[in-house]
Amino acid sequence: MVLVGIWRLLVVYPWTQRFFDSFGNLSSASAILGNPKIKAHGKKVLTSLGEAVKNLDNLKATFSKLSELHCDKLHVDPENFRLLGNVLVVVLAIHFGKEFTPEVHAAWQKLVTGVASALAHKYH
Amino acid sequence: MSLTKSDKTIIASIWSKIATQADCIGTEALERLFTSYPQTKTYFPHFDLHHGSAQLHAHGAKVVSAIGDAVKNIDNIKSALAKLSELHAYILRVDPVNFKLLSHCLLVTVAAHFPADFTAEAQAAWDKFLTIVSSVLTEKYR
Repeated sequence: MVLVGIWRLLVVYPWTQRFFDSFGNLSSASAILGNPKIKAHGKKVLTSLGEAVKNLDNLKATFSKLSELHCDKLHVDPENFRLLGNVLVVVLAIHFGKEFTPEVHAAWQKLVTGVASALAHKYH
Repeated sequence: MSLTKSDKTIIASIWSKIATQADCIGTEALERLFTSYPQTKTYFPHFDLHHGSAQLHAHGAKVVSAIGDAVKNIDNIKSALAKLSELHAYILRVDPVNFKLLSHCLLVTVAAHFPADFTAEAQAAWDKFLTIVSSVLTEKYR
């Protein structure tokens, strides 16, 4: 639910919108937030992240097919995975405030780094 | 990347919140940096980096104070941070990659302390601002 905030990626790093030309109006934060295609896509991404949390010892295998997809079909620079991971961490900090201690924060940084690395693993 | 009028307004507004807890925020940002990115501790072998350390607190205060200087001189960050820029280039020589890490930890800290104020636009403006500060601080490296 919380993690819906990942759409912030498109506002904080507007060049990431380059992958979403077909999504319609992305001209402002409110446009992005209200965009149904963005919502649907956000859900997809979050479901994958849920899979990551369930497969922490096996990220590379879990993301193998997605990695190939992002390279061969989507042509996404892996730097974008790093940016998204960091946005996710900020969104978690907003949601959890004090509970998002340095230790909890560090654990999530490891997770997002692991996911980013798994998603880049099949690039060629 | 340069700051729009709207960016500057947002930056000043968030700064006024940060200023109310400046030292704490600086200290926490550093703690987050050292916990998430342990390699950054290599620049502080002479410090006690434990939670509650006076050195950590003093250093956190220094960092946020410098950011405050940049906010107050937002149209001329280069000149406001000139001395610090030289310090980092010739004495400290902190690898440029680390500025991104500290900037991120600062954003996370601000987000945790001021969730209602840290809108997407605020995040974008502060991310830009810290990128500019980082680039001023590494400008003289070579």
